[in-house]
Amino acid sequence: MSGKPKLHYFNGRGRMEPIRWLLAAAGVEFEESYLEKKDDLTKLRKDGSLLFQQVPMVEIDGMKMVQTRAIANYIATKYNLYGKDLKERALIDMYVEGIFDLNELFIYYDIQPADKKEQHFANMMDKATNRYFPAFEKVLKDHGQDFLVGNQLSRADVHLLDTILTAEEFKPDILAKFPLLQSFKARISNIPTIKKYLQPGSQRKPPIRPEDIPKLRAIFH
Amino acid sequence: MSGKPKLHYFNGRGRMEPIRWLLAAAGVEFEESFVEKKDDLTKLQKDGSLLFQQVPMVEIDGMKMVQTRAIANYIATKYNLYGKDLKERALIDMYVEGIFDLNELFMNYEIQPADKKEQHFANMMDKATNRYFPAFEKVLKDHGQDFLVGNQLSRADVQLLEIILMAEECKPDILAKFPLLQSFKARISNIPTIKKYLQPGSQRKPPIQPEEVPKVIAIFH
Repeated sequence: MSGKPKLHYFNGRGRMEPIRWLLAAAGVEFEESYLEKKDDLTKLRKDGSLLFQQVPMVEIDGMKMVQTRAIANYIATKYNLYGKDLKERALIDMYVEGIFDLNELFIYYDIQPADKKEQHFANMMDKATNRYFPAFEKVLKDHGQDFLVGNQLSRADVHLLDTILTAEEFKPDILAKFPLLQSFKARISNIPTIKKYLQPGSQRKPPIRPEDIPKLRAIFH
Repeated sequence: MSGKPKLHYFNGRGRMEPIRWLLAAAGVEFEESFVEKKDDLTKLQKDGSLLFQQVPMVEIDGMKMVQTRAIANYIATKYNLYGKDLKERALIDMYVEGIFDLNELFMNYEIQPADKKEQHFANMMDKATNRYFPAFEKVLKDHGQDFLVGNQLSRADVQLLEIILMAEECKPDILAKFPLLQSFKARISNIPTIKKYLQPGSQRKPPIQPEEVPKVIAIFH
């Protein structure tokens, strides 16, 4: 037993990517076990490893944790990425929940049927540029600090960077109207642990390719 | 200013009901401002009260909090319903996230188009009886204690009771195979603050009436 957290998921971003980002930002090494076919999921279910029969699942500190937010909350607290008090945590939670809502739209884009993709894409881009990014631009503008909450790195900064980079994969100039988010992106990307995660060869996963989708459906449906 | 939390939402359960339950369980009095037509929502959006232009919104401790989980996390921590340490919080988070997933199915049932309702209902009942309730029955069986986590009342117990009662509204005998959940339900319902919330005249909201659905859709869409 290595003592490192062990992540169980398919070899792609999906619902596990925010967890990989947090561990990487915290400088925590982790192992991964990939589900590649339905049998892999069935086996985990049968040996009682999955509280609600679902992945993500992360083996950490003697627990088999499930549910993205539960896992992320634990990691963020353990590695001091969750603010210094209840009020900071409230702000972080609000920001992170908005980011997770936007991320849901991104996660679901690739599995949309062909006749719904265009509308989904338009909605995604609209929400990013008219709802979420303006809110975070304003947060940075109002306090003028380098980080979203409490003048120090928190999970809110990490999750926001993750989502900004994903949004830019869809529309490279998506931050055109958000100068503070542009400098935020550069600044957070330059933090050593995060810079390392952004380099080739890290455990960061690429966007899903259309040809991977049938395999995913076979595992999860 | 009363000092009491003030809840902004439509006059129904939706995404605010878990928050009402938590406040009630904690014995905290709260006020409500109901969004009844689109203009009410627009007004809140225009005066900058809604970080992501959405309700639920709760005015509490000088903040205008949004996002159901952020609000619930804050209330649970403030009123000692979130376990005594990180490990207990991890369990509570896992359980609560499963309950929230099941609650999504319940919330989305009433707004399903007629041709999808039956399938949605079947899926809801299947997940309740074959995924979620067995998991919680097992938790109670394994430790033999009165509460889900840490031998004391937590938000996990409150939220599980809420979802059990909602499930029974759909299928009165849904706990037939879960004797420990049956006694759990009786026991948690009998806690004085919760017993009070379950009585007529409390701020607990009834299930949505089909005739109200168009009005709710008009506000939010």
